[in-house]
Parts: sequence; C-alpha cells; structure tokens
Amino acid sequence: MSQSVATHPKEAVHQILQLHPRDPGELLQILVEVQHAFHFVPEEAVSLIADHLRVTRAHVRGLVGFYSFLSDTFLGDYVIYISDNITDRMLDSQGIAKYLCSRLGVKLGKVRSDGRVSVQFTSCTGMCDQGPAALVNGMPVTRLNRERVDRMVEFITARRPVSDWPPEFFQVEDNFRRSDVLFRRSFDPGAAIKAAMTRGGDETLKALHFEEAVDPASGIAWKRGADETLKELYRSDLRGRGGAGFKAAIKWETCRDISAPERYVVCNADEGEPGTFKDRVMLSSYADMVLEGMTVCGYVVGAGQGILYIRQEYWYLKPHLEAVLARRREAGLLGKNILETGYSFDIAIHWGAGAYICGMESAMIESIEGRRGKPRKRWPLPVVAGVEKRPTVVNNVETFAAAALVALKGGVWFAGHGTMHSTGTKLFCVSGDCERPGIYEYPFGVSVREILRDCGGLEAQAVQVSGPSGTTITRPEFDRVLAYEDLSTVGTFMVFGRERDMFEVVQNFTHFFQHESCGLCTPCRVGTSLLANLVDKVAGGKGSPMDLEEVQKVSQLMKTTAHCGLGQTAPNHLVDSLVKFRGDWEKRMMVTGFEPAFDLDASLEEARQLTGRDDAAAHL
Amino acid sequence: MCPDSAKTFYLDNREIPFKEGQTVFDAAMTAGAYIPHLCHNPDYEPHSSCRLCTVIVNGRPFASCTQPAVAGQMVQSDTPELREMRRMLTQMLFVEGNHYCPSCEKSGNCKLQATAYELGLQDNHFPQFFPKRERDASHPDILLDRDRCILCGLCVRVSRDIDKKNVFAMTGRGIHTVIVVDSPSGELKDSKATAQDEAVQHCPVGALLLKGKGFEVPIGERIYDKASISVHSVEAFQAREAVHG
Repeated sequence: MSQSVATHPKEAVHQILQLHPRDPGELLQILVEVQHAFHFVPEEAVSLIADHLRVTRAHVRGLVGFYSFLSDTFLGDYVIYISDNITDRMLDSQGIAKYLCSRLGVKLGKVRSDGRVSVQFTSCTGMCDQGPAALVNGMPVTRLNRERVDRMVEFITARRPVSDWPPEFFQVEDNFRRSDVLFRRSFDPGAAIKAAMTRGGDETLKALHFEEAVDPASGIAWKRGADETLKELYRSDLRGRGGAGFKAAIKWETCRDISAPERYVVCNADEGEPGTFKDRVMLSSYADMVLEGMTVCGYVVGAGQGILYIRQEYWYLKPHLEAVLARRREAGLLGKNILETGYSFDIAIHWGAGAYICGMESAMIESIEGRRGKPRKRWPLPVVAGVEKRPTVVNNVETFAAAALVALKGGVWFAGHGTMHSTGTKLFCVSGDCERPGIYEYPFGVSVREILRDCGGLEAQAVQVSGPSGTTITRPEFDRVLAYEDLSTVGTFMVFGRERDMFEVVQNFTHFFQHESCGLCTPCRVGTSLLANLVDKVAGGKGSPMDLEEVQKVSQLMKTTAHCGLGQTAPNHLVDSLVKFRGDWEKRMMVTGFEPAFDLDASLEEARQLTGRDDAAAHL
Repeated sequence: MCPDSAKTFYLDNREIPFKEGQTVFDAAMTAGAYIPHLCHNPDYEPHSSCRLCTVIVNGRPFASCTQPAVAGQMVQSDTPELREMRRMLTQMLFVEGNHYCPSCEKSGNCKLQATAYELGLQDNHFPQFFPKRERDASHPDILLDRDRCILCGLCVRVSRDIDKKNVFAMTGRGIHTVIVVDSPSGELKDSKATAQDEAVQHCPVGALLLKGKGFEVPIGERIYDKASISVHSVEAFQAREAVHG
C-alpha cells in the first residue's frame, strides 16, 4: 500500500518496538514489521532496534542480509515479487515479468528512479496450482496474465493503495480436488482436546484431568488422558509428514520424558519446497484442526507454549489466523485453564522472512529465537534441546492435523488407512501440466499413475515427487507408489508434459538451491554455486562431457559431506536428470575434439529400456 | 558400565581410547591421529562448517568435531574417498575467495595453505569465482581482508565468547555470506576491536592480520615451514591436553 510506507522512521520504529518485549528473540518479528512499514530496514531502525533489544548492530545487519524479504535498501512504494518456480515458468511467468517491467519502465531487480516500484523474482510462493503468481506488498496475486498486469500498472501509476485493489486480484483458491479421511467431514473445534483428556477413563473431564500421578519408576508426572492419547498415537503409527517419516509418538514421548522446567511445541508451516502449497490450504480452511493437534501435543508432552512458524509468503493469512486463535481462546480451547481443566497452553505466531533453510527444524528454532536461520550442530536433537534449549516437538502442519484426528478417533482407526508402514492419508499438491491442479488427499500407497489419472496428467513424461530435493519419476516408473516403503514425499507433485524440456527444470531447481543455501558449510555454500555454473555452462552450449562428470562429483561430495538435508538433497534432481533425461543435456553440449570417456549410444541403452523403445530415433 | 579407561572405538582399524563426552575428533587427536580441519579450534565451541573433518561412523558420514565418541564404533577417516573429498573441499575454499599465497603475510602460518600442502593439492581445479569483497583497512592495528576469509566463524565465536565484545558477525546468505563488523559505520576503526583481541589472533588464514608485523618471522621459519600441519596440530593438541587434562 503506497500510503502505508512510513515516513517518520524514528516514530514508526518506536511504535513497533513498544509492541514487543525487550527479548532478542523478537528481533526477526520486529524486522518483518519494520520491512512492511518502510519497505526496507533503514539504518536508523537498525540502531534503534539494536539498542532496544541490547544486541549488536552487526547482529541486526546479519539478519537483514540473511532473509530474502528483508532489505537494507528501499524497494519502492510497490514491491513486486514474481514467483519463480518451474510451474510458474511453465505458465510464462518470465514473459509476464518482462511485460510488467516494460510497462512499468523498470529494470528487473532495480527500483524505478522515482522510487515508485520494483520487480524481482522470488522462490516459489506456494500458488503453483493458480500461477503464475506474485506478491505485491505482501499480498498474493494469482493467475497473472497480460490483462491483469495492465490493470496493476494502471493502479500503480494512479498510486492506488493495494488495499483498494479489486478483491479478485487476491483471490486464492483452495482447489480441493479429492478428500479422504482428513477432510471428509467438518471438524468440531475442541472435540479432539476433549477426546484426549477423557481417554482411558469415564467421561468426567475434570475428575480425570486432575488425576495426576508420578510414575515411581521414572519420576515423571503424567495424566491418564495424556498417557492414553500417547498410546493411541503409537497405535496409529503416525509418521511425520515432512518427508523424513519419523514416528510422531516416539518424538512426543522423548520430549515428554526429558526432565525440564518447560517444553515447546512447534508447528512447521514454512513449506518452502517449490511446488508445495498444502499448508496454505490447511491453514486457510482447516486451521482449527492444526491448532488443535498442537494443543493435544502440548497436553501429551506437558508443554505450555506452542509456536506456529509460517513462511512470509503467507503473510496475507495473518488476520485470519489471529482471528482463529482469538476465537479459540474465547471458547476456552487455548490459553489459561483450557476447558477448565487447569491445563494451560497458548500458541504464538512466528513469521519467517524468506529462507527455505528455515523449514529444517534446527534452523527454524534459530529463526524463532531471532537469529539467522542457520542449522545447528547435529547433536543434541531439538526434541532434547530445541527452543531455548528446552525439549521441543517440531512437527509439520499436516502431522498435527492427523494427530488431532488420532486423538479424536483413535489409533486403530487411523492405522486402518494407508499401508503397513505408512498409515493414514497424505495430501498431494498437484501442479504443472495437468487439467486439474490442486490438493488431493489419498491414503498412502496410491500410485503415481492414479494421481495422474485423477488430475488429468496421464500424458506426462515425468513427475517431480517431493519437490526439487525429491525424486524425478519417468513414465516406466508411474506404477511406483507414494509411501515410505517406496517414494517418501512431502506431498509435492509437479507434472511435466511431453513437450517440456527437462533441462530447463534442472536449471530452475539448481538456481533455487544456490539462492537458498544458508552458507554455513563449505560443500553446500560453494557446491550449489559450482553446480549452477556448470548447468549454465551447458545451457550456454559450452558444456563438455567432463562437465557432466563434474556435476556427478560435486553432487556426491555434497551428499556425503553437507551439514544438513538441504545440501545433502540439493543435487538429487541433477543426479536423476543425468540418468533419466541425459538427452536433454547432450543436445546442448559442445561437440569437441575430445573423445568422451563414455559411449554416447551405449549410455542411451538404459533410457531405451526404460521407455521400451528401439526405433531408429532412439539411437544416435 | 565399563570404566572410562576401558572405552575405545576404532579409527581406521586402530583402537582409540576416549573419555565420556569426548568427540571423535578430540579422542583421535589425543591419540595422535590427525584429522584435517579448518573451522575447528579445540579451545572453542565447534562450528562443524568446513566439513574437512568428516569421517564415516558405522557407515554414515559425520563431522568428527561434533560427533560424540561411542564405545566400539567403527570410524574411517584416512580413506582414498575421504582424502579426495577433503581435497575438493579445500579447493572449494580456494576458489570461492581470492587467495594469493605468494604475497600473503600469513603464508607459512596459514592453516588453509598448510592443509592444502598436507592433502597434496596440485591446483584449485574448479574455476575461480573472483568475488568482489570489501577490504577494511580503517583500523590502525588490524586489517580485515575479506578476500582471504574462509567463513570458519572463529572470529565471531572468539569475540563473543572470549573477548566478550561481539565485534564480528556474518551477514548475507549462501555464497554471498560475509563477515561484518559491529560499529555504527560498519568499519573496524569505529569498533571495539583491539590488536590484543583473541579473535584477531585466531584467524586461521590471512583475513585478520595485525598491521606492522610484516616479515617479523622470515619465510622459511614459520610454523608450517618447520612442521607439517598434521604433525604440528597433533603436537599442539596433545600439549594442550597435558595442560587442561
């Protein structure tokens, strides 16, 4: 909103600071608000904030330099970010960005000389099923096309505040295409908490809850309902929906059993994996279920504080989420003395500021504590020493929603869905070349082909399962199943039609990781850049077979030596692509006098076998 | 429970004793087995960022500087694969910055250079990035040359934990990560840094140099001119252990 750009830094910063305690942990939250108020973090603000929180200026600058949505230079009255996921590109986001820049008379990445507007690309904004997408002063604009751009230019020229733009510009659809047990019925707020607290006993909530005892063997205080709910969670065999699949019950029990004065429950809503948008839909339409899952977790492990960590791209959900939290407090489902049982638990929202790495749990905790989102040392795990070094359960949005249902309906019921080692259902974010992109809920064990059939994408040549850090699946593999037994996934499902050049996919993903590497460890910091440079070299027609070997070598180094999952999985798509779509690489390669170490035609044999082809066009 | 003295693990098939709470790295160095490292200094909290000390523990890779030693575990460190990976990591550190050993005052005392010799580096292999980084020569006694920085974070940790000054921090992200100085101007001259700061002494490379000290020790008589880094760092580690126990 152009009018909202604050003009009196000192006064405005003071106003923001007054709303926050003098806790260094508030730093990122303060910076986010300052960025929204000024469209940058002015030098004057850096000093005021540093003095207020008693941290160094260098520390404050360190955060401004780390998070993508914080800036130390003014970004204009209108700040436009164009989502740069491959699915946006497939919908001509680059052409639209070019058109927008030319209409506005602004260079990509620069602020117009009159300070009115800037346009730049950003990592996936989670609107892949309704792209190409953008963020204008923090508000999502979906389904961008030239007509929309023309009108945006009109509004910007007329200095019309973003709050006065027609609401259809900011219309975000849920695009629910298929629902299963998670979404089939409406969720009654409070039902899961009541079920948890009364589990294993008669129905008198109060009497049961106060039946606290200390287990003489372990010295741990427990409540019958909490203990019984944990047992249900064990029976459910619920595994973390973030992709790694760690069993929720083990995490919760570990957290509960460590002696500590305080514990935390953190909900990971930082879905930064390009092509993922289920948290957005869950928090838009099923926020109660998610928050209730967190509350149940708090009750089971004995935590008093929950933290919902959300990516900055979903800032537009702030009023909605604050309203849901307020409503739950009013209904006695959050805050002091929940349902008059004596149990207290509240949830605070923490905003991310543009950093994929913060989806990694220890980096997220650093961010929650107001620091750069740098992954911590491997040990101790967050469940032992997380937020403020206290035992902390970190689960994602979908896991907490599923946990709420387990509390409500029991573990055996839950385990009746899905497969032997992957119980329950999974949300899939379907985007790309298909007729019906959106959210699909299936029991675990669904095949790639089945999803493709339902979304109208059977003609695809490939599917990127679980995002750029996941697996590239080609046609002969379409009968593989989505479950921890085969393809484990965060739920991202990007479909690529036959006409797509798969090298362009690789180029987009490689640059994504280069942009998102946190810079802590050598292999990821330097490796992601080396890989981006190598891929660009091939794209520029200067690649040689040696470069492909180099990609393999650097990828292997990163997988083995990178500090965290980001660096270890960043090369996955390259390794897949070099095997499965080598042709898309080789057609760009320079013909050199150098005799390659491998036989080009022989190396196609695997692709011929996979595709079941042996015609002339399948040979060199 | 077996007594502390009986606890051992295997490093490259050699039995290494360790004390409860010791890391694989510390136990190995105490026993005289060198593991290459750059960001770690045993006097300070480990950072596990350079990844040179990566070892294979029971088949899985871990940074030995933060990996707790466990009785009976099998650790591989001196293998052809890990040696090659350490070479590549060192080459990466050379190409991401601007390192000019022949004219660098740190030459002979530099851990990056000494490690490169130790690992048998013949060249940088990867194309140079040639980044443009700001140099801060504003301070009368200290030079901060970001070109030579390997982002080990030692100055940040030591200034925070030992000097209690918090002079240094990191900003930027990924390949654009750089050291920043805490002062109103962002320059060293306006900061609390002094030539006596431990943070300045512990830079493993030539990113933080004391002015007016050039060639005080002639080339040829410097730390790693006299002993390779493997020999020197094991000796230094064991001497430290003898003092601190």
